[in-house]
Amino acid sequence: LAPWIPVVGLEIHAQISSNSKLFSGSQVQFAAPPNSLVSFFDASLPGTLPVLNRRCVEAAVMTGLALNCSINKKSLFDRKHYFYADLPAGYQITQQRVPIAVNGSLSYSLCIDNKMSQMVTKTVRIKQIQLEQDSGKSLHDDTRCQTLVDLNRAGVGLMEVVMEPDMCCGEEAAAAVRELQLILQTLGSSQAVMAEGQLRVDANVSVHHPGEPYGVRTEVKNINSIRFLAKAVDYEIQRQIEELENGGTILNETRAFDSRLGCTVPMRDKEGKQDYRFMPEPNLPPLILYDAKSLPANINHQQVINIDWIHERLPDLPSVKREKLVEQYGILPEHSFTLLNEDGLAEFFESVVKQTQMKPKKVIGWILNDLLSYLKQHSLTVKESPVTSFLLADLLNLLEKKEISSTAAKRVFAELWKGEGKTPLEIVKEQKLELLQDQKELEQICQAVIDGQENE
Amino acid sequence: AALKDGLRSQVSAALKEGRVTPTELCQRCLALIKSTKFLNAYITVAEETALKQAEESEERYKRGQPLGILDGIPIAVKDNFNTAGIETTCASNMLKGYISPYNATVVQKLLDHGAVLLGKTNLDEFAMGSGSTDGVFGPVRNPWSYSKQYKEKSVPRSHSADAESKWVITGGSSGGSAAAVSSFTCFAALGSDTGGSTRNPAAHCGVVGLKPTYGLISRHGLIPLVNSMDVPGILTRCVDDAAVLLGSLAGHDPKDSTTIQDDFKPFELPSLTDVSKLSIGIPKEYHAPGLSSEILALWSKAADLFKNAGAKVVEVSLPHTPYSIVCYHVLCTAEVASNMARFDGLEYGHRSAMKDSTESMYAATRREGFNDVVRGRILSGNYFLLKQNYEKYFVKAQKVRRLIANDFVKVFRSGVDVLLTPTTLSDAAPYMEFIQEDNRTRSAQDDILTQAANMAGLPAINVPTALSERGLPVGLQFIGRSFQEKQLLTVAKWFEKQVQFPVIQLEEVKKHDNGAFQHQKSASFS
Repeated sequence: LAPWIPVVGLEIHAQISSNSKLFSGSQVQFAAPPNSLVSFFDASLPGTLPVLNRRCVEAAVMTGLALNCSINKKSLFDRKHYFYADLPAGYQITQQRVPIAVNGSLSYSLCIDNKMSQMVTKTVRIKQIQLEQDSGKSLHDDTRCQTLVDLNRAGVGLMEVVMEPDMCCGEEAAAAVRELQLILQTLGSSQAVMAEGQLRVDANVSVHHPGEPYGVRTEVKNINSIRFLAKAVDYEIQRQIEELENGGTILNETRAFDSRLGCTVPMRDKEGKQDYRFMPEPNLPPLILYDAKSLPANINHQQVINIDWIHERLPDLPSVKREKLVEQYGILPEHSFTLLNEDGLAEFFESVVKQTQMKPKKVIGWILNDLLSYLKQHSLTVKESPVTSFLLADLLNLLEKKEISSTAAKRVFAELWKGEGKTPLEIVKEQKLELLQDQKELEQICQAVIDGQENE
Repeated sequence: AALKDGLRSQVSAALKEGRVTPTELCQRCLALIKSTKFLNAYITVAEETALKQAEESEERYKRGQPLGILDGIPIAVKDNFNTAGIETTCASNMLKGYISPYNATVVQKLLDHGAVLLGKTNLDEFAMGSGSTDGVFGPVRNPWSYSKQYKEKSVPRSHSADAESKWVITGGSSGGSAAAVSSFTCFAALGSDTGGSTRNPAAHCGVVGLKPTYGLISRHGLIPLVNSMDVPGILTRCVDDAAVLLGSLAGHDPKDSTTIQDDFKPFELPSLTDVSKLSIGIPKEYHAPGLSSEILALWSKAADLFKNAGAKVVEVSLPHTPYSIVCYHVLCTAEVASNMARFDGLEYGHRSAMKDSTESMYAATRREGFNDVVRGRILSGNYFLLKQNYEKYFVKAQKVRRLIANDFVKVFRSGVDVLLTPTTLSDAAPYMEFIQEDNRTRSAQDDILTQAANMAGLPAINVPTALSERGLPVGLQFIGRSFQEKQLLTVAKWFEKQVQFPVIQLEEVKKHDNGAFQHQKSASFS
């Protein structure tokens, strides 16, 4: 049987973290009462016009720069038409002809064979980033045969990030998205929490034999977590391979991931191929961005965006942070990777290192093996940890000064986890875990044990 | 003050001096509206709010603190502008009963200047048409149909029933606004202009109709027909008044991203005496097929007027003019298809009782809410926007549009200050004749002289010039350079003074206008 090459591309929609929407002044907020954050424009009242939100443009520029894109100094807005209850105007304003950023790349790391010790770096090309409006939400109430429409989300700014089909499996897709998520969170351009709908991923999957052209691709939607993304992609790859090996064909269709069953199913047919009748958005002039060179002399700074200015103020991206951690603390790259992968863990680690004499190379073991596994077991975030960095540092100091053994330290840690407010020293005293340094005392104990054995 | 008086010159002074009060003005206008109801110029008369506004204005005058020239002045607004608390229908079933929660920027500006909003005027449905005959509230009648001038000229028939059948149209689509100004029920009115919708009815109704440069006046709150061509239009009885209105409306609006950022300075129009430095261009392509010999002669006479006064009058060419109708058709219908997509019955406006599915509800709502003209344009527009057609039609039309705009650039660059053209092909047609052809045919015919200015975004103005053989108004059009409204209006004002267009002799008006001022023969008061 000839080998199959799976090809995976991604379309990611990240909700921009901003106070107000992309083209109107209504507020952006998760889980507000239905239809409480809707301006006249969002409701498509006739005669209303879009006004571009500066913050959203800055977020897109930041993201483009962080992803090594070329920022288009002139980009355009278009209308994409279709009828749906959650799209009040009957069209979405997006950037189809000339998006704000193009031709970037994202590097991400993977463990080979699930061994943390062997990490490999991969790159996926970023085709483009475009600004567009989010739609509202519709809830179908089948019992009452009605649809409930909530327009709170209608008009919220989105960055659509298109990743080229450079990935080959679920793991790669998941890793790439995870890295993107970290980048967005570091920039602050999106909070990128998938559970709150701030990051939505659609996967494009196809398979082909080496040397042959790419196969027909399917689009997989309804993926609600990074874990499910990996599952959905891998399932779809398998499904396509099986289908083709059984002599079937792959339809160019949209499929939904069913997380319960762990498989993809065809989505309800959206009237075949949609013609979106793209048209330039006539109410928005071209978006012009400047850099230090092209900035006109007597310009009102409130009216322009300077790409170079934004570039200078970009925070350290995760990849840079990881390198710095490795350099500064002498930890391994895979350690650094895990530190940044858990929200708040890197800060926790650094905080402990500051408060203890124990070498960072040793501290890291406690962070990754003990703290992290406890957190995972109890499904807690770093912020929720009952063991604070202060307490852990305290404990590690005891260990470092050889006042307790490492076994004892583990017992103290378990006790600290109960969160009863006791200090490590108090626990050590309570459970009589002090290491005996006195030679004479040790000899006495050993003798007592030997004597005890002889009596049996 | 007489209802016929110019704002700046007479009414404003009269109000300031207390010779007439805002309430009196308002009441007179409201009474006249009632007695000219047969014109069907108004869809909604906001009597209560108008009187209240007049009262408030009166208070300000008493305190000696009027807000400006427009304080207390009754105005009317075309019913495609949003007016908070007052129905906005666009003469369509889709928006019957729709009460907007906000004011269009231009409406707000007028109110902020103390103007008294009498009501919303009639139009073709969603501003699609050139007759003001295709709205759900019925056609608007040209006040000149009832003028002494027209009646004298019409072949006498047996009885007055014929007067009924002989009434002429106002032109469109801002026919209600033009009729309102023409019949003295208001001092000024807002219209809109996408392909000539302010200038065309202005010409047929014998009033001044100004289309400002695109981007000068905010479109926020103007329910759009073609976003890239629409402008709010100004209808008044004299050019000076148009300048007053322009002064209160122009300027950047942060709510409309297509308005220019530059500061706008309102201006008073100089009374030009020396036109020798002026260069008037006569575009030969505007001698369009179907242009009546009458209007052709008038146009020629006007050119001579300038020449004899010492101006330089040159023939120029705008070679792409013949393509503008087709180009307009593609671009207009495409934007219409897009702009009308929001009318689905879900958030506002008419919603069909059809409940089988969302799609069927949408379809029924739109079929019930829109007339044939609107639906026809939506279908055409969607056709042109299909992926397989986009390049062939929409993009091609955009390129042609660029060529049309460049024609003007070249001509103005060659030293021409202002272009002089006819506004319409003939005087107003009788309604019974007009409706023999469908809306699309009529629009294609009637827009030919006006819509190139919309393509190019240039300012243009209709100045009433003379009466036709049938006793109906004929106007001529001046087209100016971008954002050079002052120059354009100055030339228009000079011309207005030269031609001394007659005042309409309307019985109804005589009854309501006891006039403290002498009635003058001309509509221009300098």
